[in-house]
Amino acid sequence: MSLQPQNPRAKMEARELILRYGAKTAIHKVSLAILDRRVTALIGPSGCGKSTFLRSLNRMNDLISGTTHAGTILLDGMDIHDRGVDVVDLRRRVGMVFQKSNPFPKSIFENVAYGLRVGGMKDKAELASRVEKSLRGAALWDEVKDRLDESALGLSGGQQQRLCIARAMAVEPEVLLMDEPASALDPIATAKIEELIHELKATYTIAIVTHNMQQAARVSDRTAFFYMGELVECGPTEQIFTNPREKRTEDYVTGKFG
Amino acid sequence: MKYTTRRAVGLGLTGLTALAAFFIVGMLALILLDVARNGARHLSWAFLTQPPSDGMMAGGIFPAIFGTAALTLLMTLAVMPVGVLTAVYLHEYAPPESRFARWVRVAVVNLAGVPSIVFGLFGLGFFILFVGGNLDRLLGYEEMHWAQPSILWASLTLAVLTLPVVIVSTEEALRAVPLEQRTASLALGATQSQTLARVVLPGALPGILTGAVLAISRGAGEVAPILFTGAAYFLPDLPTQLNSQFMHLGYHTYVMATQSPNVTEASGPLYATVLVLLALTFALNLVAVIIRTRTRRKAASAH
Amino acid sequence: MEQGLTHSVAAPRLSAAARRRQLREKAVAGFITLMAFTGIAALVLIIVFVAKEALTLFTDADARHEASLSKMFLPQEGRYPFRWQPVSDTPKVSMIPLFVGTLKITLVSMLVAVPMGIFSALFVAEFAPRRLRELLKPVIELLAGIPSVVLGFFALMVLSPMVKSLFHLDRPLNGTLAGLALALAIVPVIFTVSEDALTAVPRSYREASLALGATLWETAWKVVLPAAAPGILAACVLGFGRAIGETMIVLMASGNADLVSWNLGDSARSLSATIAAEMGEVVVGSPHYSLLFFIGVELFIFTFVLNMVASTWTKKVLQRLTGSAS
Repeated sequence: MSLQPQNPRAKMEARELILRYGAKTAIHKVSLAILDRRVTALIGPSGCGKSTFLRSLNRMNDLISGTTHAGTILLDGMDIHDRGVDVVDLRRRVGMVFQKSNPFPKSIFENVAYGLRVGGMKDKAELASRVEKSLRGAALWDEVKDRLDESALGLSGGQQQRLCIARAMAVEPEVLLMDEPASALDPIATAKIEELIHELKATYTIAIVTHNMQQAARVSDRTAFFYMGELVECGPTEQIFTNPREKRTEDYVTGKFG
Repeated sequence: MKYTTRRAVGLGLTGLTALAAFFIVGMLALILLDVARNGARHLSWAFLTQPPSDGMMAGGIFPAIFGTAALTLLMTLAVMPVGVLTAVYLHEYAPPESRFARWVRVAVVNLAGVPSIVFGLFGLGFFILFVGGNLDRLLGYEEMHWAQPSILWASLTLAVLTLPVVIVSTEEALRAVPLEQRTASLALGATQSQTLARVVLPGALPGILTGAVLAISRGAGEVAPILFTGAAYFLPDLPTQLNSQFMHLGYHTYVMATQSPNVTEASGPLYATVLVLLALTFALNLVAVIIRTRTRRKAASAH
Repeated sequence: MEQGLTHSVAAPRLSAAARRRQLREKAVAGFITLMAFTGIAALVLIIVFVAKEALTLFTDADARHEASLSKMFLPQEGRYPFRWQPVSDTPKVSMIPLFVGTLKITLVSMLVAVPMGIFSALFVAEFAPRRLRELLKPVIELLAGIPSVVLGFFALMVLSPMVKSLFHLDRPLNGTLAGLALALAIVPVIFTVSEDALTAVPRSYREASLALGATLWETAWKVVLPAAAPGILAACVLGFGRAIGETMIVLMASGNADLVSWNLGDSARSLSATIAAEMGEVVVGSPHYSLLFFIGVELFIFTFVLNMVASTWTKKVLQRLTGSAS
């Protein structure tokens, strides 16, 4: 497998990343570049390590006890595990949207403003304009602008997930990690999320884990296929789906297993 | 044995278990009814708001109500921060498999089992004689100022006694806050303490309040720990200083019930005192149990 | 392949804001850890300070003479070999009547509370319909919310005449009365812990038994109860510990006479009630005072051991039931 030099630079980059939970190796020697302002889809059967890989990009795996890693992950050429990197700063630059929408039991406004408030923003007008901007960005503004003070838990599942995207966008990260963001949603809500991803890639670098190969084909520029903790193949989405180099990739994308 | 006989025997024995359960409920009802009926007869506004007179046979129990409330308030102020933060440590901060956390848990379980009278001894030996004695020496008091039974030492003794109650309820409340909310907060670049203050503690608030209510109800009803750490039988003055002694509903009940020359004559005010004490502790307990049953059901249906 | 991955690794520097933030987080975590130390400190301070006041018994010559271990635990000469009269001219400090009284009262309460607690737990966990179960559990737990001084008062005013006429006893205040009133205080403990143990038994146990044609009772009695046995034993041990240490009920209902008698109708004096009754009048530092603290040490040790035993058993039942299931 090889990565062709691309015009867009690598925003994030894993080099020979190994990740273990206790004695179990979850990721084995993965080297992968996430290109700037592109959508990279991570696909593969359940338990192949794609979600774990995604979570290691903003060090969410630090929260799980017993995880150890080897190799490096770079963000703009800077090792994210370096002692000089503060994990809070890292997570502000690399945001995350989870599989299950997880709004706080607060108002819609407070949900979106959360990241800004913990970052120290106090100015009301500034908060309000940033919240509006994020909600507009997540194509949710028109639906919620009249009930910003109502609980976020009253929104529908699709709206909640878009709220979580807006919440992640509000802190203006450079990279957005999405862990199967549409797996719990109905087709219409899914279509809205996919449309949103299309719009977001003009400003954000996006890495998305998905189970759904059509979705990967629709939204991504590049696709990485993971299998049993290893990266099998990575390349332009079209090539992975039409002309994969590896037999295992072909079997997976044609639905022979997985 | 034939199936029908086995079934009949089983049903009979099942009936016995039901009888046991309803007997307990019956005893509870009997206690409540007896106290309510006999207590209500002597209860009046004057009884609640006046100091006792005529050797406790007349007047009211206001100083005892006030003393109990002040004591419990001080106790709550002392126990809540410590108890909540200990639970926060155990559930949020302790590394998994932490040996220290395991020791804390063992200590808390055992603290809950220490007899309340031993807490009384502890209060006397530690707070009054050791802490109080050293305070007096350091601050240069000639006569005893801190080294004597007082509302401060009694409330701190009760705070130690109710510490396990608060820790256990708070931990249960923290467990009910979904993990995803913590992850979401951290992923947005919040620090652990920000996550704690803005997401976890607000989410756990109902459970923490339940713990507070349970602690108050327990603390207000305990008599053994305050017997020699600050309670007084008759004090016309309300406790105004931290080192004042105080009257207390439970202690009042004990002394009147066991040391009155004529218990039947005293039974009117006595029953009314018990009713007030029960109303205070029991009503709080009822509130706590209702909140807890509701949140438990909600937590169970969420999973 | 190295071609595409040609960034140089820059060494980042922690910003001042990040450093401040990390420092603050460390301070918060340190403070919280410190607070968690209070629980351990409390337990240690309790035993240290209670024992410290009792220590005079062994260090002070006067006290050693007045209250030696042999005077506390061995029969003394005279008409009454075991007496607790620490304030008489020749102080008598035998702890035997206190042990006997405590055990007698505790035994009565356990005889009543254990079957009542376990049976009602069985009913609530196994037989009661769901609605009834959700009502009964909190109601029985409410009994635990009644202050012990109120239970003592109830024993004095209501139970005493009932018990006296029912068992034809001479005295209104006696071991039986104290034991029965004490049962009211420990039944909720035994009930709650037993019920938890029963509910922890996996449903598959019950289904397997019922599928083999056992009746509901047989399933509960022969399958569920044995599976939960360590937990239920733990419940009884916890109840026992609570009964030994309970003060106000016993103080108010037992009559407090220092008799060495196994007659349940006799008055009895317990360890805890002795402390409560006498501490108010002793001279700080006197042998009597140290003696009362010594009783406190005994109580602490009894309940501590019982607690450790109970928590070990509870852990065992959980491990057995959940460990084998997962």
